[in-house]
Formats: sequence, C-alpha cells, structure tokens
Amino acid sequence: MPTLWLVLFLLLLSTLGFFAGRARALKSAGGDPRKLHSLPVYYGLNVALSGLVPALGVLAVWLLAQPMLIDTRVSSLLPEDSIPADLTRDLVMSDVRRVAEGLDIAVGQGALSEAEVGALKAGSSDIRARLGEVGVALGSDVRPEVLAAARSYRALSHTGTLVMAAVVAGLSLAGLAWSYARTHRDYRARNVVERGVLALLILAASLAILTTIGIVLSMLFETANFFGLHDWRDFFFGSTWAPNFRGDSELSILPLLWGTLYISLIALLVSVPIGLFAAIYLSEYAGKATRSFAKPLLEILAGIPTIVYGLFALLTVGPMLADIFGKGGALGVDWMAGATSVLTAGVVMGIMLIPFVSSLSDDIINAVPQSMRDGSLGLGATRSETVRSVVLPAALPGIVGAVLLAASRAIGETMIVVMGAGAIAKFSLNPLESMTTITTRIVSQLTGDTDFASPETLVAFALGLTLFVLTLGLNVLALYIVRKYREQYE
Amino acid sequence: MTDLTPDAAPGRRHGGSLLTLDARTRRRNRAEARFRAYGIGAILIGLLMLVVLVVTIVSRGTGAYTQTFVTLDVELLENKLDKKGTRDIEAIKKVSTFGYTPLINAAFETAAQKAGIETALKPKDQAAILSKSAAAQLRDYVLADPSRIGQTVSFRFLANSRVDGYLKGRVTRESIANDKSISAEQLDFVDQLIAAGMIRKTFNLDFILGSDASDQRPEAAGMGVSMVGSLFMMLVVLVLALPIGVAASIYLEEFAPKNWLTDVIEVNISNLAAVPSIVFGILGLAVFINYMHLPMSAPLVGGLVLTLMTLPTIIISTRASLKSVPPSIRDAALGVGASKMQAVFHHVLPLAAPGILTGTIIGLAQALGETAPLLLIGMVGFIASNPPDGIAAGLLSPNSAMPAQIYEWAKRADPAFYERAWGGIIILLVFLVTMNTLAVILRRRFERRW
Repeated sequence: MPTLWLVLFLLLLSTLGFFAGRARALKSAGGDPRKLHSLPVYYGLNVALSGLVPALGVLAVWLLAQPMLIDTRVSSLLPEDSIPADLTRDLVMSDVRRVAEGLDIAVGQGALSEAEVGALKAGSSDIRARLGEVGVALGSDVRPEVLAAARSYRALSHTGTLVMAAVVAGLSLAGLAWSYARTHRDYRARNVVERGVLALLILAASLAILTTIGIVLSMLFETANFFGLHDWRDFFFGSTWAPNFRGDSELSILPLLWGTLYISLIALLVSVPIGLFAAIYLSEYAGKATRSFAKPLLEILAGIPTIVYGLFALLTVGPMLADIFGKGGALGVDWMAGATSVLTAGVVMGIMLIPFVSSLSDDIINAVPQSMRDGSLGLGATRSETVRSVVLPAALPGIVGAVLLAASRAIGETMIVVMGAGAIAKFSLNPLESMTTITTRIVSQLTGDTDFASPETLVAFALGLTLFVLTLGLNVLALYIVRKYREQYE
Repeated sequence: MTDLTPDAAPGRRHGGSLLTLDARTRRRNRAEARFRAYGIGAILIGLLMLVVLVVTIVSRGTGAYTQTFVTLDVELLENKLDKKGTRDIEAIKKVSTFGYTPLINAAFETAAQKAGIETALKPKDQAAILSKSAAAQLRDYVLADPSRIGQTVSFRFLANSRVDGYLKGRVTRESIANDKSISAEQLDFVDQLIAAGMIRKTFNLDFILGSDASDQRPEAAGMGVSMVGSLFMMLVVLVLALPIGVAASIYLEEFAPKNWLTDVIEVNISNLAAVPSIVFGILGLAVFINYMHLPMSAPLVGGLVLTLMTLPTIIISTRASLKSVPPSIRDAALGVGASKMQAVFHHVLPLAAPGILTGTIIGLAQALGETAPLLLIGMVGFIASNPPDGIAAGLLSPNSAMPAQIYEWAKRADPAFYERAWGGIIILLVFLVTMNTLAVILRRRFERRW
C-alpha cells in the first residue's frame, strides 16, 4: 500500500521539522525563550503543520479525484463503434475497471507477471479463466478493446500514483522549507498555528456535512443509473417484486414497503404500550430504589446488538411461534409454514424498541411541570386520573415524537428482518406469513458478486435512497414535534 | 358561588358514613390499582424479556465451549507414508490426505480390539465418527517431523459434529433417522468408546482462538480470526473517530459562531445519528469500494464505515462533557493571559477527558456489535481461515468480524453451527459488557461534579 508509506513518510518529515523549527527559533533568540514572541513549541508546530497539512490535503483530494479523471481519459479512448448496441459506455467502462482490477490482483498474488500481462491477448489466452483463478469473476469474455482500455487504465493509474507521491512529498518539503525559513524570534508563530488549528477543527466539523453529501450523492448517482435501465413507474407504482438475473425483472418497491410497514406496525404495537406504561410507572409511581434498579436493566435491552435479536428471532421466537401456529402445533392449526414471519420479526423488533420508547417517553413525562400534577391531585383526582387526563395530554406531542423516532428505527432495522422476516415479497394481511422488507432486499441485492451494470443490483441504491428519505423525514418531523413541545414548557 | 345550595351540588353522597366507600370511589380506586398494575406489568415484561434473552444465550451457547474429542493411538506405518524409507520430505508430501485414511481406519480396528469392543461396523464406518479434518491433522503432524514415521503416536482427534451433538444431547437416535452422515450403529459404537474412555468432552479453546471452518466441519469452527478482524476495525475507528470527533466537538462547542453554517452542521450531525446503519453500508460500498477501489471485505473499509457511523455518537457525548466544564475555568485561563485556543486545549479538554473517553468507549461498543453495514462491504460469505500476518495484511486482507461471523454461522444449514453462533454471541457480549463496565467505572472514578 504505497499511500500508507507516503503518509508515514510525511509524518516522519514533519516530526523532524518540529524539532528543527524549535531549535531554529531558540537559536535566533540566543537560547533564551523569553525573547521569543511565542512559546518555542509553537515554532516547531508551525513548521510541522505546514509540512503536513497541505500535503495531506492534496493527497486526500488526489486519491478522490484520480479515479474520476482516469475514468474519463480511458473512456474517451474507447472508440464509439467498440461499444455494443445493447450496452452503454458506462457499462463497458465498468467491465474495463473490473478487468484492470483483476489484472492488478493477479499480479499482486503472483499469478501473473507484468510481462505476462503485456503479452495477454484477448483472443488467444483465456483471460476470464486466469482471472477466475485469482477470484475475480467476469461476466463475459474479454474483448480486445476492453483489454486495451484496461491496460491503459492500469498504466494511467500507475503513473498517477507515482506523480502523486512526487507531488505530495515535494509539497511537504516545500512547506517545511518555507516555514523553516520564516522562523525567527519575532515571527508570530502562535497566531499562525492557532489559525491553522482552527481551520482543522472546522474541517473536522464539516465532515458531518461531507458524509451526508456522500450518502446522498452516492445513492443519487446509482439511482439515476438504475432509472436509466429500469422504468421508474414500475419501481414506484408496480405491484410485483421479482428480480431475475437474466433480465426483464419486475422491481417494484410497493410490496417491500408493505412488508416494512407491516412489520414496523407490529413492532410498535408491542413496544409502544409496554414502553409507555413502563415509562409512566417509572416516572409517576416508582420509588427511587425501583427506578435506579429497573431503568438501567431495561436499557440493557437497547445496548444488545441487533445480531443477537436476529438470532433470537431466527432460532427461538420463530420456531416457538411455528410450534404454536404451525402444522401439528399446540393450537392444531396449520397457519404458519416456516419459522420466519411478519410476527416473528415484529415481536422481536418490538422487544428491542421497548427501552427506546420507554426512555424517550420517560424524559418527556418528566418534563411536564410538577405544578400541573399538583393542581390535578389537589382537585381530588387519583394518580391514574392525573396521568390520563393531565400528564399524558400535556406530554402527547412529545410521545408522538418518540413513537415516530421508534418507527424510523423500526423501518431502518436490518438484522432482525434479514434473519426473521423471510424473503417473499407480497401483499398480505396474514402476520404469520413470511414477508420481506426494504432493508432485507438491499442486503440480498448487494451481497455476493455484484454487477454494477444490472438493474437488479442498482435497484438496491434506489431502495436505499427511499429508505434514507423515509427515515430522514420521520426523524425531522419527530424532532420538530419534540422541540416544539419542549419550548412549550421551558 | 354563594348561590350554590347543597341541593344543587352534583354530590351523590346522601347520608351514610365517610368511612364506607361508595360505589364510585371503589370504582375509581379499582381503576387506580389496575393502572398501576399495567405499569408494573410492563416493566416486568421488559425485564422478563431480558431474562429470557440472557437465559437463551447462555443455555444454548455454552455448548460451543466444550467439544468432543477422540483419543486414538495411530501407528504411522512406513509402508504407507514413505514407501522408499528415505524420509525425503518431498516424497512424503506427495502422499495426500487420502493416504492417511487407512492409518486411522487401522487405528480404530486395533483400538476396538484392545478395548474389547464388538461392533459390526467396518473400520471405515468407525473412522467416520471423526471430523473430516482428522487425516489432515495426521498429515500435518507427519510433515512437521518425518522422523516420527514408524512410531505409534497418541492423537486427540475432533469428533464429527453429529457425535459431538450426541454427547451434548442435540442429536438423538430418533433425530438421525434420515441422516446419511451417521447411523444408529455408529452411535452404539460411540457409546462403547465412551465406556472405554476414548471419547471425552473437554473444554474447547479452539472455539475462542481458532478460525472458521467450511460448512462440512462445524466442529472445527472458531471465532479467533474474526475477533482479530473486529480488533483491526476497532483500531481504525479509534484512530479516526476519536480525533475527528473531538476536533468537531471543540469547534462546535467552543468556537463556532452562531450562523447558518453551524446550524447546517448541527442538523447534519443529529440526522446522521438517526440514519439506519445499512445506509452507511451502501455509502461504504459505493464510495470506498466501488469508487476508491479499496479491497472488498477488508477491515480497513469496515473501520471507515463504522467510523462515519460512530462519529455522531462521539460528537454528541464529547459536546456534553465539554459543556459540563464550568465557564469559570475558561475565564480564569483567559484572565491570566492564555489565548482562547490555549484555554481550551490546556484546561477545558483535559477536564473533559474522562467524559470524552466514556463516550468513545460506548461508541466503540456500538460499532463492535454492528452487523448490517458489514454485510454490504463483503465481510460475510467466505471462510476467514487464516489470521493475518502483520498490520498491513490485517487492515487490507479479507477478514470477517465477530457479528458478521455469527451471522454467517446462523445462515448455514447444519444446526451444529447454531450452537457456535450462540457461543459467538457470548464472546461478543463479554466484550460489550467489559467495555460498558469500563465506561461506567471511568465515569464514576474520574468524572468531576462541579
């Protein structure tokens, strides 16, 4: 990994720069730190940071931009007539990248030497088989144009990496030299360093924005690709989910959305009453001892990883429900075919959400002013009457917000539904049938060998984007309601 | 309200004692008791679920920590392994694992004779109670030191997962009616070997330290390698998320002016905290693997994805602990001539460190248990068979992670893997409990109340 070495080299350089800068500053003051404008350490930091930060910045930008530039270059090398009628330029380019990557892996593992790569011919030597040996599966045989493009792709990447190393190292040295030359007892090193550090702090804070942009852009691009290959009307308004890797699939989100919402509904039916009553009891009735004992224990449920709940659904709750409702079960009815069902996933997800609902509602109920309770109790209402007709109505907006947050969690939950809900996409009201959800389909379309040129893979990004928008909308709404409610009593 | 006469009042109490409750009061008291019971019931249900979960995990998972072994004296016959008698390592290497099977068969024959066991089983079927890795184990032993050829050596072989299940009560004579890989006669034979002291169930360190095995050999699968994968991911998360998270929080809490950019960042952070984890997996697949061409299944990519996921958690807790440092500390530092930056880095940050550390540990624990994004970046579906050699390989070569390994086992068809999955969960939970306890201890021990 040349990048790793480059970074280590930069770190070493700037460490040296730190000591050199500090020594130079002290020397210019005749060894008396009191004559310096800033503390000696700032002179060192100034040199070190100017050697490190711009170089690392360029490195990061370069790493992001290089693949894109090379893509455009190689893509323009592909002659128009080399692209088969049934494929687009993007699809051919993804083939090129895959072959280039495969060759890199083969060389890296020693299965091919550089000379052998140069001697490969698309017709004679079977590249597909050779690459298959090192674990790179190609969808079709490699055509000569693709091989040529893959070669120039590799060559360009190679040159790019070399130039990058040179530029970054040069920049680092230049930065070190420049700031070293300026180091002098009157140089205002602290002000410069502090301004630089502030810039770094701002950069770190904007990473949150970058992540969001990254999420949205990455999904938008692939979703756009997907809608280029597949009719958007079928995706949003179709009625069948039937991916077919030979093409001509029906990919509609509606059955998946139905499964997702149904399972979430069951999860909420389990978690909201239990969580709400637990919160009411803890905040209105429980003594200090009970509270300090029960609240942390309930919150353990929220700290358990979802894979544990998934396994619990798959191996315990599912078989248990099948024993009750299945063939030859306790009820003597044959309503459930297998262990996976909407009810299995919903119940387990409900258990997971209990602490979520209870601790959110607990906070909200506690925020209702005590004077309102006192007023109600003073009029002769019992505690439960106070809760029902004073506390709950006052807390209602907040509780609605909490339920919405829980719903957003339920919709985005993955492991429980992957393991407990099943894989059949359909519209059905029977909670004992297995159904599938958006998250389950994202996992199944994107695991294993993925071909980023087929709508069956790309649909996962459209599903992901829908999921993102859906959960984001719920969260924003919930936070808005909760905030509005808080303002009311503050 | 002076015109309110007693007759006009809607009171229903007409005479009678105040000490006897009327019907309406009794109804209200019953409603009160009912309401209270609902609350207690809800808490009990929640706690019951916790107990059920823990009991299930422990009762079904502990089996993975013991394993059935068969002790067997094997004669390393020279005429099978080294026909020329030259002890030439290349010649011995030519003998494949198939060449070792007769030795094991013969060993069973002699062992059965010695122990006086009478069975109608052929030696080949007797040897079938061993794991499929037995011959390879024998071969590795011989290749490590060819001079042992000709001796009789006592080996401890893993028993087949069916035999293991029989000793653990998972497999019974009824349940194997349609099972081709083991027969009732073989179970009888196993019973005789148990009586002869040759089959024993002992503690299985290999489950904790070993690597995953193919789906033919559940008895040999272990968590060790995926633990190393998780460790590398956590290193990446720690190295990236802690400094970035702390830097972002310092800016937002101490320096940020109130403007639209700050608002956008704040809204973004609170939204990212609520984005489903699988969306981060999609981001990782699209950006790190598809666009930046980082290797699939590498802990580095997993670590990067988990970093983005953990950042909001760390930022939120760091900001809380920065906020809890009283302004008087900052004022005092500024008063004696420190710059704002110095006040923050020299005084506020050290005082907030325990809180930051606690938040980081909790964030790491959350990342450690996260599975969904790892599925998308390819950390399942293969056998993590070798521990990585070196740090670069640990970061870049394909590996699994603990939750991904558990998911992988849960997906396999053989029920013997389920026991491993529950056992793996015990390890995962031990890590999580340790981390959370550490966080609580740190908070109790170092956090200052102002």
